[in-house]
Amino acid sequence: MAMSQIKPALVAVPGSDIAVSTRNITKFYGYVEALRDLSLEFPRGQLTSLLGPSGCGKTTLLKIIGGLLEPTSGEVEVNGQTVTGPGPDRAFVFQDFALLPWASVMRNVAFGLEMRGVGRSEREDIAARYIKEVGLAGFEKAYPHQLSGGMRQRVGLARALSVDAQVLLMDEPFSAVDEQTRRKFQEDLLSLVQNENKTFIFVTHSIEEAVYVSDQIAILLPRPSRVSEIIRPSNFREKGVDNIRRDPEYLDIVDQIWSSLRSYVE
Amino acid sequence: MTVFGYRLPGMSSLLIWGLLWEVVGQLDLTFFIPALSEVISTLFTVIQTSAFQVALAETAYAFLAGVFFAIVIGIPIGILMGKNRLIDEMLLPWVNVFLSAPLTALVPVLMVLFGFGMKSIIITTTLFAIWIIILNARAGVKQINRSLVEMARSFGASPVDAFTKIYFWAALPEILGGVRIGVIRAVKGVIIGQLLISIVGFGALFELYSANFLMSHFWAVLIVLFALAFTISEFLAYLERRVSYYAAKR
Repeated sequence: MAMSQIKPALVAVPGSDIAVSTRNITKFYGYVEALRDLSLEFPRGQLTSLLGPSGCGKTTLLKIIGGLLEPTSGEVEVNGQTVTGPGPDRAFVFQDFALLPWASVMRNVAFGLEMRGVGRSEREDIAARYIKEVGLAGFEKAYPHQLSGGMRQRVGLARALSVDAQVLLMDEPFSAVDEQTRRKFQEDLLSLVQNENKTFIFVTHSIEEAVYVSDQIAILLPRPSRVSEIIRPSNFREKGVDNIRRDPEYLDIVDQIWSSLRSYVE
Repeated sequence: MTVFGYRLPGMSSLLIWGLLWEVVGQLDLTFFIPALSEVISTLFTVIQTSAFQVALAETAYAFLAGVFFAIVIGIPIGILMGKNRLIDEMLLPWVNVFLSAPLTALVPVLMVLFGFGMKSIIITTTLFAIWIIILNARAGVKQINRSLVEMARSFGASPVDAFTKIYFWAALPEILGGVRIGVIRAVKGVIIGQLLISIVGFGALFELYSANFLMSHFWAVLIVLFALAFTISEFLAYLERRVSYYAAKR
């Protein structure tokens, strides 16, 4: 098969350094063990998906990396620095968009900068640039309830981009938008990964989506969660966005992931 | 409502009730109900008297001060209760007790504690208004979308930022609802306070009119008070509607 498989025992990814690494993360919710001894490395400038059945702790892991949750034991390092809470090196994109319903698109996109104490005119300049970049120029004064689901997530994305964090944490960002919008988002995400030189950590429950957008896929299995395998698709992405979905390697990986997840889905 | 194809403006039914009042008054059935026309003409003379204007000024002062304290104390306490489990457990039983308690019975105690003057009336007004404001602010914070809080934290919001830029705004529709009901209760509080203490404001005026059987004066002042309370309540309802566009979509 034309792909390299790496067992959870970590092997350095050739040709790139590590932006984020989690070491022996264990997380208990009361007596429930959500994550057990989970170690993963996220190469810089690449997109890593966390994929698994529901309840496998992928969102928990993402929130631990984001500093929103504290692990029971183990640690997260971002650029060699141990994470103790949220920080300017990471930005979140939320599943339900998490926009301020009382604030305009402009204020929402600038909100991250506002929290970081950037002055009003400067942060609105930056926000305007990213509003344009995600294709929402002309909607600066609109309110979230006037936008479609897809446009709202573009606002969420622009907000995360505008703080210029090196690591983007995306929690099932496209699961609340319709199928066509979603495909467009996936294509946009690929060019974003290519142009932005940021590290993306992407939680999804869609196998096709994970294979389509990822440089590296970490398959998580539940109860308690651990990494069961890491898949690095090799070369179909260079063939262009239009050809990915009918590439034999793409189809093989989708099938292979499904066969390993099948028994965990009720 | 439409009658014979004409759309009647809101509250047209008041005309019928006003007419009924006039008829009953003209029939001279009881001294207690003078004709509406008489009451209204009295109203215009009464509002020009200095006794009325002093009473209105004093009442307005007590009312505004009472509502002010109820709002600036009530909203932060409610938000804190919604955010913090411990504070909530400590205060919630008391808030519920005072919300349903017959506060009128407390007024004599307040008079003993704070004297027979303005201070007691302001405190009575605050006590009438504050509990529902606290409970509504708390409810508003309780229903807040967790991911908004996480979002603010993830972008490094300080606790003060979270309080003023997320919690307050997210709870604003409920807070305004609470303020509206609180203000209506404050009208009751300020009048009850004045009636029981009865040496200032409308309390003194009511005492004077009813003791001298000046029924049309009595009704005139009552109409003014009802109209004021209703206007304030409608104004707050209008403010509430202005933020309701996002209340359903948080």
